[in-house]
Amino acid sequence: MAKDEITKGYTWIGTTPDRPDGLDKVTGRARYGADFSLPNMLHGAVVRSPHAHARIVKIDATKALALTGVKAVVTRADLPTGLTGEDLYLQENTLAGEKALYDGHAVAAVAATTALIAQDAAKLIEVEYEVLPHVTDVDEAMKPDAPVILPGCADHSVPEGSAPNVARYIDFGRGDLDAGFAEADVVRSAHYTTEATHQGYIEPHAAVGQMGADGKGEMWVCTQGQWYIRKMCSAVLGTDPAQLRVTPSEIGGGFGGKTTIFMEPLPLALSKKAGGRPVKMVMTRAEVLRATGPTASASMDVKMGMKKDGTITAARVDFRMQGGPFPGASPVGEALSCAFACYDIPNLGHHGWEVLANRPKCAAYRAPGSPMAAYAVESMVDELCRELGLDPIEVRLKNGVKEGTRASFGPKYKRIGLVETLEAAKAHPNYAVELGPNQGRGVASGFWFNHGGETSVSMAITEDGTAQVSVGTPDIGGSRASIALMAAETLGIPYENVRVNIVETGALGVNEPTHGSRATFASGKAMWEAAQGAIKEMCKRAAQKWDIDPEAVTWKDGAAHPAGENAGKFEPMTIKEIAAEMGKTGGPISGHHESTPSGAGPSFGTHVVDVEVDPETGHTKVLRYLVVQDAGTAIHPAYVEGQYQGGAAQGIGWALNEAYIYGQDGRLQNPIFLDYRMPVASDLPMIDTVIVEVPNPGHPFGVRGVGETGITPPLPALANAIHAATGARLRKLPMNPPAVLAAIRAKG
Amino acid sequence: MSRIHVTANVNGDEVEFLADPRETLLDCLRDHLGLTGSKEGCGTGDCGACSVTLNGRLVSSCLVLGVEAQGAEIATIEGMAKDGDLHPLQRKFVEHAALQCGFCTPGFLVAAKALLERNPDPTETEIRFWLAGNLCRCTGYDKIIRAVQDAAAEMRGAA
Amino acid sequence: MRYHAPATFEEAVSIAAGASGVTRFLAGGTDVLVQLRSGLVTPDDLIDLKKIPGTGDITRLEDGGWRIGVAVSGAELGAHQALVADWPGVVEGMELVGSTQVQGRATLTGNLCNGSPAADSVPGLVAAGANVTVQGPKGTRDIAVEAIPAGPGKTTLAPGEIITAITLPPRGKHAGDAYLRFIPRTEMDIAVVGCAVSLVRDGDRVVSARVALGAVAPTVLLVDACAKAIEGTTLDEAALAALTRAAEAAAKPISDKRGTKEFRIEVAGVLARRAAVIAYERAGK
Repeated sequence: MAKDEITKGYTWIGTTPDRPDGLDKVTGRARYGADFSLPNMLHGAVVRSPHAHARIVKIDATKALALTGVKAVVTRADLPTGLTGEDLYLQENTLAGEKALYDGHAVAAVAATTALIAQDAAKLIEVEYEVLPHVTDVDEAMKPDAPVILPGCADHSVPEGSAPNVARYIDFGRGDLDAGFAEADVVRSAHYTTEATHQGYIEPHAAVGQMGADGKGEMWVCTQGQWYIRKMCSAVLGTDPAQLRVTPSEIGGGFGGKTTIFMEPLPLALSKKAGGRPVKMVMTRAEVLRATGPTASASMDVKMGMKKDGTITAARVDFRMQGGPFPGASPVGEALSCAFACYDIPNLGHHGWEVLANRPKCAAYRAPGSPMAAYAVESMVDELCRELGLDPIEVRLKNGVKEGTRASFGPKYKRIGLVETLEAAKAHPNYAVELGPNQGRGVASGFWFNHGGETSVSMAITEDGTAQVSVGTPDIGGSRASIALMAAETLGIPYENVRVNIVETGALGVNEPTHGSRATFASGKAMWEAAQGAIKEMCKRAAQKWDIDPEAVTWKDGAAHPAGENAGKFEPMTIKEIAAEMGKTGGPISGHHESTPSGAGPSFGTHVVDVEVDPETGHTKVLRYLVVQDAGTAIHPAYVEGQYQGGAAQGIGWALNEAYIYGQDGRLQNPIFLDYRMPVASDLPMIDTVIVEVPNPGHPFGVRGVGETGITPPLPALANAIHAATGARLRKLPMNPPAVLAAIRAKG
Repeated sequence: MSRIHVTANVNGDEVEFLADPRETLLDCLRDHLGLTGSKEGCGTGDCGACSVTLNGRLVSSCLVLGVEAQGAEIATIEGMAKDGDLHPLQRKFVEHAALQCGFCTPGFLVAAKALLERNPDPTETEIRFWLAGNLCRCTGYDKIIRAVQDAAAEMRGAA
Repeated sequence: MRYHAPATFEEAVSIAAGASGVTRFLAGGTDVLVQLRSGLVTPDDLIDLKKIPGTGDITRLEDGGWRIGVAVSGAELGAHQALVADWPGVVEGMELVGSTQVQGRATLTGNLCNGSPAADSVPGLVAAGANVTVQGPKGTRDIAVEAIPAGPGKTTLAPGEIITAITLPPRGKHAGDAYLRFIPRTEMDIAVVGCAVSLVRDGDRVVSARVALGAVAPTVLLVDACAKAIEGTTLDEAALAALTRAAEAAAKPISDKRGTKEFRIEVAGVLARRAAVIAYERAGK
């Protein structure tokens, strides 16, 4: 069956059965990171720097080690030396070396017989600091006289004479900017800033690690990627990755934040030092907020030229993003590439600076870089639309990218669905609702690349004709269901007859994490390939039985059939019949597939939001919210909607209230959910969705990743809506009530 | 630190455990009784993942000391399905795809059950405010609210 | 940490008076446990008051007032219809403290003794003219609620002293109260500004009023100038404008992670006006 022959008319794809792990997750049985325990287990705790930037003069663990029940203390001195590049930064972030680089940076770790003893022991570890000047703000960090965080951090891209905290410089573009701006009727530029936000998964990082003196180890951990845990922990500890077996637990949210390591090497290091006893380590919420990956804060300039008819003639962005104290963590490159991904603009300039600051090491957060870029660019598009009196959807349709357009970041787009999302938004009843006083409507579009990535999947036919699929991408939002649906479709068997297992590192080849919106795309595609192997073998077994050529057998509806009249007349042989005999007809039947698939197929979405702003307090109430996004093919539409709604909710939080708040002392002031204000149930309306399906030619069922784009448009859509409601333009996030009220007052 | 002997009734079963006075009820449920369905998301009463009922009242078990549970009746997620039959809320959460990662789900279910026992026909606004202390970062709450509404309707019909 | 569950206030006082280290009283525990877990305060002695008889009771007094035990949770307060009918503003202040789950545990007395200038239940109590009964090694005394807070995290209670109950005065006829707070979200936040108004009407006229502001000074403020601005008026536009100005003038806030000084001053005026209108409506003619 050629891939392009598969069209609609699926049996399973597009249905919404109960998820396979549903029962476990509504009964409390599902085991998450902190739910594992082992015999003879110790508990770990971490000592963290209270300073944003400080030289570590001395660490004295004498008192801690004297406490009854304490079994091991590790500091940087226990880790190998000589690492370079990202491995070194991961190690530095696991345990500070010469300097603590941010408030919350781990300095030492301790293991004891109970969690309470470990916490008491951590307080007894004495660390002497020499406090250094610090910088947490991106623009301040770019000044020539800013405190230097990592001397010599600049790579070859950074021009001579740049500020010492600039680690990387990027620029690219096309056309002739000056000529493009000259062509425009209106040219405007503005400065926008966004604050760092956290992924905010409800499950804190947790792991149980065990490692003997021989360097053989095991780990149970909540992660988006068990192979990344294996690779990174091994690098930090100087051990052999093949000797570390990592089993992923159920995962309580990640959104990119669990694609890397933070404290995970510590249980292994402590275990090794404590004679191989397993060590459990669970972060507190304050530790999660202080010392795991938030996203970058950004300082951005946008200049754009538009003709009276809405044609965008030229645009330029200058983005500065801090990603914490180590190079390589800031998503400024992605932000630049996403900035104009929705637009066909002939003349473009992109300039980006990656800047170090005394903040935690950034991790990926849902479409990393794209929300900030969208906030700046989609706000500017709206500003121009309003100035020229143009409809924001019409302007986006006029300039929108489609199949064959050369993307702002280089390649030509294949089949994409931006235009379809704009048309659907325009046609949706929400776009026609009449608004009242103090109410306003905002529109914005968004983009994410989507990702393939290293993938390894196997499928085994069970003795009763059911199927077991082993995948390496943890199920973070229903991917067991989507992969089981595709497997059922591929094999022609009922959904319930498929079991999808998320397996440990010893069971498959390398898999990248569940990131880049890739689980349903890449594991699904690899599953399809693996199934082809199993189907081929099943056809062969039928051919043997019928004594015909294997090429003369085809597979449909869960059974082998003679390919045509010439093949002979035989009753179809079902998967059940083939499986029942497989031990005697040649042995177990399975298929597997390993690849790094391309063709992930970019994702576009358009959001429409209505707000009401209290003119006396600046409080913004979201009245209604619409997400329209291209899913390629929606495998399990309910979970596709879930991704849209969840992304929108996170974007609404980022836009309105969430922010990392640092004091003058460089300490994080809000490492608690009370003051890190994520949306609660009463903050939001129902979130309306429209699933647009423009099949991705790069996937056997047309799948595009749906996980990330949804967080991108809310930031500018809310800013545009608040402007429509109040006349005040908010160019700084978060747009919390004090900021909105101040903006209303400032406009007079 | 001397530990204190505590006896309580959890999900209808008499249980006993030794609690350090600093341990929360959540710690005791998870670490001493092996009831890991209640989750710790914040430890400060802001996320609701540890929701249980204590003598019939909905509480965050991270804000109750284990020693305070002496003689108390406690209900956790593990006791919500009766004799293998899921509570309507549990079924509706699965049916409506009201969970993605599922970590907040036990807390939402326990809290929603407490709501429907007091108010069998809550409005959307009442549901949203009752559940405002249960954080979900995956769903945007939409499908959770719909699942609660649907379960309430079914329970009213069945009553 | 030693855990005590005394059976009488006398016993509780004697434990507290004899303790040498850090002592905390446990009622709802919603602040004490957060401080304990975060490592902010690990008491040497933790004295649980819930086992003392009467601490869970809400009692109507002979004069028509109310006595509220120190272990009465917000949820129990909100479920008491007669109390809600008398003092809706006091109850709604308490009910804004935390989530439904926190409501199952948090108490008026605990909210008061935590000493937060932003405590949601305190402005309502102050506006109501509530008293607390304090028992200590030297005996028992009754004092006004507004005399308890001494600044962020501090109270005027001496070591070994415990609040044993809160007393609300008789409400009387044609009287009403209301509490409003401003938060960035719709739930789960600490008040950026809070305002409670309690007033008595005679026909359309406001006879007497008490106005309290929260989160705009180191302690909750009872603002006489706000009361004066509306007493004797029919709460017309001029009175409301005067009330707004008086609240703005009384507010002496700081800028912090929850809001700016300018914002708090402006919103103090807005909330005072809005709360007064609600209290006025509730009072009836």
